[in-house]
Amino acid sequence: MDRMTVPAGMDQAEVGIGVPNMKLGMWVFLLSEVMFFTALIGSYILLRSARPEAFAEPGEVLNVPLTAFNTFVLICSSVSMVKAFAAIEHGDQQGLKRWLLVTVGLGAFFLGVQGYEYFELASHGFVPVAEAYHAAGEPLYGATFYTLTGFHGAHVTLGVLAMIWITIRAFRGRYTQGSHAGVETMGLYWHFVDLVWIILFTIVYLI
Amino acid sequence: MDATAEAEMQAQEGNQPNYMLVWAGLAVLTLLEVGVAFVGFSETVTVIILVGLAIWKALLVALYYMHLRFEPPRLVVMVIAPLPLAAILVLAALTDF
Repeated sequence: MDRMTVPAGMDQAEVGIGVPNMKLGMWVFLLSEVMFFTALIGSYILLRSARPEAFAEPGEVLNVPLTAFNTFVLICSSVSMVKAFAAIEHGDQQGLKRWLLVTVGLGAFFLGVQGYEYFELASHGFVPVAEAYHAAGEPLYGATFYTLTGFHGAHVTLGVLAMIWITIRAFRGRYTQGSHAGVETMGLYWHFVDLVWIILFTIVYLI
Repeated sequence: MDATAEAEMQAQEGNQPNYMLVWAGLAVLTLLEVGVAFVGFSETVTVIILVGLAIWKALLVALYYMHLRFEPPRLVVMVIAPLPLAAILVLAALTDF
């Protein structure tokens, strides 16, 4: 599409690089999130390279099978989100509502499993507090683990809350085949959260 | 991804990719990751394979679920631009160890 061409349904102010403003804004936000998580993940890699003895082997402390299952849950929530988007693209209101509810449920389930994981780890002394720490490795391990997974969990929590709002709007009939930018924008955020977890799962749990 | 899977993925439901095929790919790659982590390869080989699988999964999500494959090239360039900077940030600091 030519830069100066105004697509149907968009006014001149929305053209920019050929992407609607709301979607472009979300992408710009997500790119800032890329740098945010790069700083966190990069710090983890640096600390682990500098003090390998402070970190336990994969599976020694963390419950890898449980988290692998939780990773699968998040992947399922990504496909349900994109199915919600596909449904409204075809004007399928029932499909939109159904898939959004599934996505909210899976997102909440992911958080529940993460909460259970935190509870189990903390009960075995894997806490980000030096005085109370008595798990394998050193407190640095717990501190970096909770920082990385905690910030991601905060993103999932915000995503679930936003998704609930989107779902309420869907039940009120606010989205149509021709106007569903909110669903698409929400989807971008949700898939990004999934993408970050894919990286975190590999680096924190498997390597 | 082999050519068949790629072609199937491009098979459109209307004008959309086959999302369930991508989902199946992500699930299989996750299983592979867990297997590789515990199969007992050397540390270097394990890291290379796991990072490769993670990048593959991330690309599937970005290209098909976030629809980057179908976006205008200007947006794709904008999204790709900071990634080398992010890699340099981490790799440059890692050279200290």
